[in-house]
This record gives sequence, C-alpha cells and structure tokens, in this order.
Amino acid sequence: MSNETTGGRREHWHRRVLEGRLGLFAILTTVVVSVGGLAEIVPMFSAKLGPEPLRGVTPYTPLEIAGRDIYIREGCYVCHSQMVRPMRSELLRYGEWSRAGEYAYDHPFLLGSRRIGPDLQRVGGKYPDAWHYEHLRDPRSTSPGSIMPKYGWLLERTIDPADVQASLRALAKVGVPYSEADIAGAPAQLARQGDSIVRNLAAMGIRTSRDREIVAVIAYLQRLGRDGKATLAAQRERDVAAVATSPTSAPAVEGGRR
Amino acid sequence: MDDVVVAGGGREPRTLEPPRAVRPGASPPAYDDDVVRLFFGASVLWGVVGMLVGVTIALQLAWWPANLGLPYTTFGRLRPLHTNAVIFAFTGNICFTGIYYSLQRLLKVPMWSRTLSRLHFWGWQAVIVAAAVTLPLGLTQSKEYAELIWPIDVLIAVVWVVFAVNFFGTIATRKVKHLYVAIWFYMSFVITIPILHIVNSLAVPATLTRSYPVFAGLTDALVQWWYGHNAVGFFLTTPLLGLMYYFLPRAAERPVYSYRLSIVHFWALIFLYIWAGPHHLLYSALPDWAQTLGMVFSLMLLAPSWGGMINGLMTLRGAWDRLRTDAILKFMVVAVSFYGMSTFEGPMMSIRAVNALSHYTNWVIGHVHSGALGWVGMISFAMLYWLAPRLWNTSIARPGWMTTHFWMATIGIVLYTVSMWAAGLTEGLMWRAVDDAGQLKYPNFVEIVHQLDPFYWLRFVGGTLYLLGAVLMLVNFILTIRAAKSRAALAAAPAAA
Repeated sequence: MSNETTGGRREHWHRRVLEGRLGLFAILTTVVVSVGGLAEIVPMFSAKLGPEPLRGVTPYTPLEIAGRDIYIREGCYVCHSQMVRPMRSELLRYGEWSRAGEYAYDHPFLLGSRRIGPDLQRVGGKYPDAWHYEHLRDPRSTSPGSIMPKYGWLLERTIDPADVQASLRALAKVGVPYSEADIAGAPAQLARQGDSIVRNLAAMGIRTSRDREIVAVIAYLQRLGRDGKATLAAQRERDVAAVATSPTSAPAVEGGRR
Repeated sequence: MDDVVVAGGGREPRTLEPPRAVRPGASPPAYDDDVVRLFFGASVLWGVVGMLVGVTIALQLAWWPANLGLPYTTFGRLRPLHTNAVIFAFTGNICFTGIYYSLQRLLKVPMWSRTLSRLHFWGWQAVIVAAAVTLPLGLTQSKEYAELIWPIDVLIAVVWVVFAVNFFGTIATRKVKHLYVAIWFYMSFVITIPILHIVNSLAVPATLTRSYPVFAGLTDALVQWWYGHNAVGFFLTTPLLGLMYYFLPRAAERPVYSYRLSIVHFWALIFLYIWAGPHHLLYSALPDWAQTLGMVFSLMLLAPSWGGMINGLMTLRGAWDRLRTDAILKFMVVAVSFYGMSTFEGPMMSIRAVNALSHYTNWVIGHVHSGALGWVGMISFAMLYWLAPRLWNTSIARPGWMTTHFWMATIGIVLYTVSMWAAGLTEGLMWRAVDDAGQLKYPNFVEIVHQLDPFYWLRFVGGTLYLLGAVLMLVNFILTIRAAKSRAALAAAPAAA
C-alpha cells in the first residue's frame, strides 16, 4: 500500500512530516476539528448574543414544565416545529416570527426540524382548552383529515408532583430562576393551575381531574408563544410592513435582533 | 498488504489468508477476525431492524392507523428509534467492522487488546439494546440523534474510550511506519465523535431517566446542530470515506487515484465540516452572523466532498469494464455517485433562498436518504459482500442475488428520493402560496398534508424495496456462512474418523 500512494520518488512533505507520527497527527486533527465549533459556539455565551430573556418572558410554571416533559416524551417536536420564520406566509399562517429571547428558559430547545403538522410556536391562546382536549383525544374530531395519532392515554395517566419538583430542581441548576420557595410551593401551584384548566373544560362539558397528564399538556400548549406577545405586538405593524416589501424570502428584519 | 486480492463473485472457495488455526502466530500476524465477524453480523442484523422501523414510520405517514393506538408505537417515538438504529446500530457497526478488519492489515499487527475489542463490541450492542428499549418507552432527551437518556450517554462515552484506547494502542504498536489515508479518516472519527457527544450531552439529571441540558434556547439549538450536522460528517461520512479508501482500491484492484487529492480531501473536509451546523437554523432567531457562517462553509464543503468523490471514481480508471460483471463494484460506484449528489444538494440547500423553501419539508428527508441509502447503505453493502467470503473463507452462496439486491436498492433509492423531492416542493410551495388579495391560498394545513399522500405511498414502496434488498443480503449471508461451516465440518470429519 505504501508504494502505491506516493507516486514519485521524493517523499511528499505530508508523508515525511505527518504520516509516521501518530501523536502529531492526532493532535493536529483535534485542533482542526475544534476551530469551527469554538468560533461559532463560544460567542453565543457573551452577554449580547446569549439567550437573554425577551422582556415579559417568564420561566414555565410547574404544570407547564410537566406538560413540556410529556411533549418531549411523546416526541411532539418530531412533527411540530416551534419556530416561525420571518416570512410573509409564515406571519399569515402562524403569527409573530420567533425571537431568540423567547427561548431563554428552554432546556432543551424544541425548535423542531420538520413540519409534518403545523408550527406550534404561536398556538397558545389560539384555541380553547377543550379544543386541545378533544384534539389530543382524537385529532380528527377537531381537525378532519389529520394524520396525527390519538393520544388517549394522556387522559388516563397522572403526573406526580414530586417528579415535577425534581425537574424544577434540575432546571434551577442549569440556570432557570426557580427559588427554593418556588420548588417547595410547586404542588400547590400545580393544583391551582390544574384546577383552572379543569374548570375551563367543565364549562365545555368535559370532566377530568387536575392531576391528569392532558391537563399539563394543555397548560404547556396554551403557554406557547404567549409571553412577550405584548412586546412583540408593538413591533408587529412595523415588521409586517417591512417584510411585505420583499415577498417570500430575504427578511427585512434580522433573525437574532430584538 | 499480504492478503490476496480477489474480486467477489466466484463460487470456488479459496484460501485468502493464512489459516490461523494451523499456524498460530505465524507471519503475517494472527489478526483478530473474530471481532470483525461479530461486528459484521451485528451490522447486517441491525441494518434490517433499523430499515424495518423506517418502513413502519413511512407507512404511518401514509396511513395514520399504523400508529397502532399504543404509546410505544407512535411516529413521535419510533422516528428517533429509526434514526438511532440506522445511524448508531447499522452504520456504527459497519464502521467498526471495516475499521477492525482494515486497521490490522494496514498496520500489520493484530488489535492491541482482544479484551478491549470484545468490551467495545458488547458495550456498543448494550447501547443499542438500551436505545431500543428506552426510546419506545418515551425516555428521551429530544435532541435529534442524541435522544438517548443520560445514563446511556455515559455508557456511550465509556465504550468510546475503550474503542479509542484499542484503536490508538494498535496504531502505536504498528509494524508499518506510515499511516495510510483510510486511517486518517478513521482517526477523525475516533477523535471527533466523543467531542461532539460530550459537549452536546452536557446536562443536569433530574431523575435516572430525565435530564436538562446546560444550554438554553438558541445556544442549545446551535450546540445541537453543531453536533447533529457533524454526526452526519464524522459518523456517516469520514469513517465511511476511510472504508472507501481501503475497500474501493481492493475491490477495483487499482491504487487510489491521487495521493495529493486525498490529503486535500481529508484536511479540507474535516476543517470545513465543523462550521456548517448553523445551516440547520437558517431564518431562525439564531444571530445572523452564525447563520451566514453556516451557509458559507456549507458551500465551501462542496469542494473537498467532490474531491473525495473524484478520487473514488477515478480509482476505477481502467476497471470500468468490470462494472458489468462485478456486483460489488456496482454498489461502490453508485455509493460514490450518491455521495457526490448529496454533497452537491446539501450545500445548495444551505443557500438561504433555497432553504426558505426546503426547510421543514420532505425535501430534507429526501436529501438525508440520498446520503443514507445511497452513500452509506451502498458502500456498506459493497464492503459486506467483499468481506463475507474473506471472513468465512468461502465464496458468496448466491452471487446472482448480489446483482438483484443492487437493483432493488437502486430502484428503491430512486423512488424514495424522487417522491420526497416532489413532496417537499409541493408542501413548501403550498405553505407559502399567497393569493392576489394577500391571503394564504391554502390556509388549511391538513389540505396540504393530503397532497402528499401519493408521495408518501411511493416512498413506502421505495423504502420497502430497499429493505427487501437488505433482507435478501441477510439470507445470502446466512446461506454463505452455513455452507462455510458445513464444509469445515466435512473437512474435519475424515480426520476424526
């Protein structure tokens, strides 16, 4: 093999210098593969570029965290994105385009990469709680022709407050501002928020209890994209006007700016 | 390299390597081929399983009741199982098969440690089994191709250290001074994967099965796609390029076309690949400078990628006539061609204006599969068919089936990619269509979904064809190995009598 590849008589510098030296070759490879990642990722931690929360964006409530964990468990992000791009058609279909500061408390991020179903970044408040309940029970009852599977087990399975507290504790460690009091008070807060959803559902003739997984998922879905909406609403007219001048692509507003 | 170069296809058994049982420790050294055979078997088996899951989820999109109404079998849980199975179980075992086989021969030493080789094999299979159990249970971290929960992540890191120690130990004890180009590519695989894996998996556990990444929001997204894109680069590309540089010249019985091109190919590829991750986040809220870097480096990546394709294809100069008869070369040429096609398509899709249309659509799925089925799958099949007669000291039981497999796979890929391109363009254009009044032409999302039905069915057919081809290969290998074993038993019988 060795003679096959050299070609000429004089040894190529690469062969002379590198190919006989394992350590040097390995170190050089490590350096070469590290440059790009360092150059792109490290600046993201600087204060100006990092995930500072958009004004008005608050951490998820305990019930929303429970719902988010179920959203992850069921792989909802596999079919639904949570990122509205700054394009006219997306503004029309979904609403405000997404800002970096809206995801400041998202551990992990759930932007998604495929829209088998529609984007969910602005789904919060779009439908009543009962719509989500029925939709998750049988998607075709609210969206005729939908190809989404039924999630009937969410109506039966229950959430465990201690489990949610464990989540909050871990999230606090990665930087989400949950205080000890927040974590201690989580069970009570779960009950409060759960009860209000159960009341909304009861008003539509749906009977369930506050510890059901479906209640947590509804809480999470209703929360999506609502925070900071007031801030964004003020910018909206200006943005739409700017984007409308360049129909489908080339947003007039930059993705990362707030 | 001392082992005899023989093109596949013949039915007569031949001695390809010194029989180790007869002359233990004789020169050339007793290579550890047991571990290669183990990885070989695992590759074929997991390949079929991974593709079967793929066909299942393809059916689910065409016909939703195939979700079966069970939590464990919904698309959302099975799709990660499919990707993990084909990437880490199928391709991973393929890479290890080829590396363990070729490394020993290129360096003329057996693997540094038989124990570590076995730990690596069983450790990796344990990761796969753990994945196959946890993902349907909904235990996931949600990051694409990094879904596995943190205890499995730890196991992966440990197994990788075992592999790396064995790999570098073998190189350190080599009997050949210079490292052949295939080994450079293997090295980039061994070094880069743990860097990507560890950084992207940094998380704080909440319970034994749940954890939260230390990064938030767009930073988490950038880290993930740095990982995700380079999982493609350093798990599905560089180790397989190493295999190409070893097995293609062996199968073609020609030296590599250009040594200089392979140097440029290697260094440019591993340097540029790392930067391209942000092209997965174009038009997102990621800062513009990062998006632009991702796009520009993706475009530059075309050059080394095509350099590698040219190096592979030109290695066949003077051997093109054998394409008519040699099924293994057929697989290799189509593999390298698909590598070229998908590495052209990738940079093109990284251009913002194109990405605006392609992102979120089935076009991306088509693109990935032209790489996965076309490049990874075909080069893997070629290597397996080339290796089987050598590993079991026999000939392929049904040589004709190799050509049948080749055509099933090739037609399958064409149906798959063409249907997904069509589906991607359809949904991308319908999503953005606006009427004269400035309103969405297709405001009902479900209406667009059902425009894709025929394409989903066509993709299901293509995928099934590809899967059946792989099953044919599996059966062929079972027959081959059984024949080899019964012949060995027959040869041993008179001696015992």
